[in-house]
Amino acid sequence: MEFQAVVMAAGGGSRMMDLTSSIPKPLLPVGNKPLIWYPLNLLERIGFEEVIVVTTKEVQKLLNLDTKMKLDIVCIPDDADMGTADSIRHIHQKIKTDVLVLSCDLITDVALHEVVDLFRAHDATLSMLMKKAHEPTEMVPGQKGKKKPVEQRDFIGVDDTGKRLLFMANEADLDEELVIKRSLLQKHPRMHIRTGLADAHLYCLKKYVVDFLAENRSLTSIRSELIPYLVRKQFSSPASLRQRQDNKEQDQKKDQKSLDIFSYVKGDSLLEFAPDKSCWNSHSADLNEAFHGGKVRCYVHIMKEGLCYRVNTLGLYIEANRQVPKLLPALVCPEEPLVHVFAQVTDRGLVGSDSIIGSSTQVGEKTSIKHSIIGSMCTIKDRVKITNCIIMNSVTIEEGCSLQSCLICHNAVIEKGADLRDCLIGSSQRLEPKSKHVNEVIVGSEQLMEI
Amino acid sequence: MPAPVPSEGLAGSEKLAGGKSKAELRAERRAKQEADRALKQTKKVESTPAAALAKPRLQPSEPQSMVKRVPEHVQVDDPAAQKRLAKKLERQQVPLRPDYGAKVNLFSHLHQYSRKMPLTQQMSIPSTAIHPAVVRLGLQYSQGLLNGSNARCLALLQVFRQVIRDYSTPPNEELSRDLVARLKPYISFLNQCRPLSASMGNAIKYLKKEISGLSSTLREEEAKGKLQGSIDGYVREKIQLAAEAISKYAFEKISDGDVILVYGCSSLVSRTLCDAHANGRAFRVIVVDSRPRLEGRDTLRRLVRKGIRCTYVMITAISYMLPEVSKVLLGAHALLANGSVMSRVGTSQIALVSKAYNVPVLVCCETYKFCERVQTDSFVSNELDDPDDLILPGKGGAHLRGWKENSSLRLLNLVYDVTPPELVDLVITDLGMIPCTSVPVVLRVKNVEQ
Repeated sequence: MEFQAVVMAAGGGSRMMDLTSSIPKPLLPVGNKPLIWYPLNLLERIGFEEVIVVTTKEVQKLLNLDTKMKLDIVCIPDDADMGTADSIRHIHQKIKTDVLVLSCDLITDVALHEVVDLFRAHDATLSMLMKKAHEPTEMVPGQKGKKKPVEQRDFIGVDDTGKRLLFMANEADLDEELVIKRSLLQKHPRMHIRTGLADAHLYCLKKYVVDFLAENRSLTSIRSELIPYLVRKQFSSPASLRQRQDNKEQDQKKDQKSLDIFSYVKGDSLLEFAPDKSCWNSHSADLNEAFHGGKVRCYVHIMKEGLCYRVNTLGLYIEANRQVPKLLPALVCPEEPLVHVFAQVTDRGLVGSDSIIGSSTQVGEKTSIKHSIIGSMCTIKDRVKITNCIIMNSVTIEEGCSLQSCLICHNAVIEKGADLRDCLIGSSQRLEPKSKHVNEVIVGSEQLMEI
Repeated sequence: MPAPVPSEGLAGSEKLAGGKSKAELRAERRAKQEADRALKQTKKVESTPAAALAKPRLQPSEPQSMVKRVPEHVQVDDPAAQKRLAKKLERQQVPLRPDYGAKVNLFSHLHQYSRKMPLTQQMSIPSTAIHPAVVRLGLQYSQGLLNGSNARCLALLQVFRQVIRDYSTPPNEELSRDLVARLKPYISFLNQCRPLSASMGNAIKYLKKEISGLSSTLREEEAKGKLQGSIDGYVREKIQLAAEAISKYAFEKISDGDVILVYGCSSLVSRTLCDAHANGRAFRVIVVDSRPRLEGRDTLRRLVRKGIRCTYVMITAISYMLPEVSKVLLGAHALLANGSVMSRVGTSQIALVSKAYNVPVLVCCETYKFCERVQTDSFVSNELDDPDDLILPGKGGAHLRGWKENSSLRLLNLVYDVTPPELVDLVITDLGMIPCTSVPVVLRVKNVEQ
């Protein structure tokens, strides 16, 4: 077997507490499908038959997906604060080949063979996916005034071909300057540094990296610790002889196993098998052999066009919901209509062509629905105007309401005549009749306490 | 001859001259037919699988001559052949790689693929139909990461070794037949990624012969070990020891004060020169290179690291350099049965100009690259590389970048060319130094051995 797929669904969604306090992040509905359906659909489409899903017990109870793949759901205890690397360590017994790690909040239509081919052809240690990030343009409910500045930037250095990942640093880890090693510049004199790239959290890792993680317990998160470590190690040599002599006494005392990735690297690469016979080299500027003899290689595929969202903030969640009606017909096979067959819509003409309506939803007369996503088992009475909204399951909207750009969570009830704009209504909330709210977040008091 | 008439019939009958009635003759004929049919049945059951496979090949033609089929990879403009190929690939679950861009008319019978559309686009990601190591190898071939006849053949044998190691015989099947059937889709896949080289073809023929020749009494582990041993033996004898032998023979031909011209990157020639330098000969080298591959840079790298004095020129400058050259040392991709040398495109030009300047041309080639094909020109069977390679990166390629939209512009990126035997003075092989015209003799001797 060539690859095993692992989907990380244990994260908490800490940047969208308004939503995730009541619904766990992997189950947040996007286009009326749970968020975790999208990465699983991607894996199914490209031909995976088995997936390991790492998640919490809460999610496992509520997870109900119809998929042809065999899902191996591994629960991690709720109270243990485990990072993604810790989760991999937890399941490392199950991992027997190279592994493809995905995050549960990835919605993308990338041709995954681009990432995997880089991994295969260059015999890489790591291969990942990135896309040029664009600012979400939608108004996010609850944000007053100008938008907050984006979180700390990432500096990504790639070589001339744009495929080899040379440098990665986050603004948060740097004081005032960007430090670049001389060994890196000697081997790759031309490097392009880019900011504004969004990491899709999709990684192809070699099996020996998993073995290394199992032994090295100091790394907790894949993205913030393991990946920068691997990128750095590309240009550092294995522990030099001199250093080893110095540490010999200490080693004899402690009898420590080497925690350096180089001791785990298995060299069965075809490219290094007969280097004096092949007439290819990765660079042309100097006399060194291919890859400068480096054993660790990291590659990145930067998407130029197509969709790639990581739904981890409210703004991105809303943006994903906007884009999903265009994406869904390509993903689901056989094609499902956007308006569900079991939905009862009185005035079909007033429902926009890119709106999604879930099953068993009743929509009354003279109700217009444009650019919106409505979940299942909702009851929407007459003369309601819904524009640009995201409405989850089992919501009741009484007559005469007008909702614009709102996000309404499960089981909410909006009484007659309410007029809402740019609001977020938490689950099971009940709004009074004729209430008027603009740009507010209305959640229950118990949810407020979480923060 | 008819069976002797039974004595009772002869004694009692007066009906026919032969002494038998018509009915009896008919019965006799029927009995003879049954006997023949039964004999044929027993023969079929007894025959070995190898003979059974050999039979269909001889059937369509007379027993004396063999019908030679034109291979499909040089019949791209024949729709019937392409349909056959598509059907065969579908059966083997190998995707068909689409051709790319308009081809020059003279080469419209060859495939032209684009590097940006790899075969893996149409395959599932954890590849199940094709062994992952073979997928990786195919990718490295098609992206140009594995170049060079020897390197490709070594990598191929390494991967087949791994395939044999991971192979397990399904129940009710014989290893000798099932393994060959298992390897066929892999070979088709590699062929789709990049047309097989002559060295790879010969290695595959050898491997298939070894597998079919396995006796059925061997256990699976023993059989696998034997196959891996024979692969190792092939690599050691035909590639590594051959290289050492060629290096020794060529050493006699290099004298002190020589100026040797080499072209492109041949692992054998580089090794020969490095060994000669290590053994104390004083010479200098002129490395000739050509676009778009610029493989000479790699030869330059290897020679300079060993301390050999080198000059680097483009192929356009050879007539300026040749007056000071004492001999030309070339590598080969394959040696054809009429003595022609198939090598990287540009080799025939170097040989031609060297002849004009009366500089001896020596070709180094191992015997496992000798091929039974006969070719007199470079058009019939060649390889077309990705035409986008010809476009210079950056501003220099601005004119060519829109070549696909221009209907009267075609880009041609040839990989090989054929040097006629008159232009080659000596071929240095592991069997010794032979003239070009002795190649068919070597092939005949090789066939007799096998």
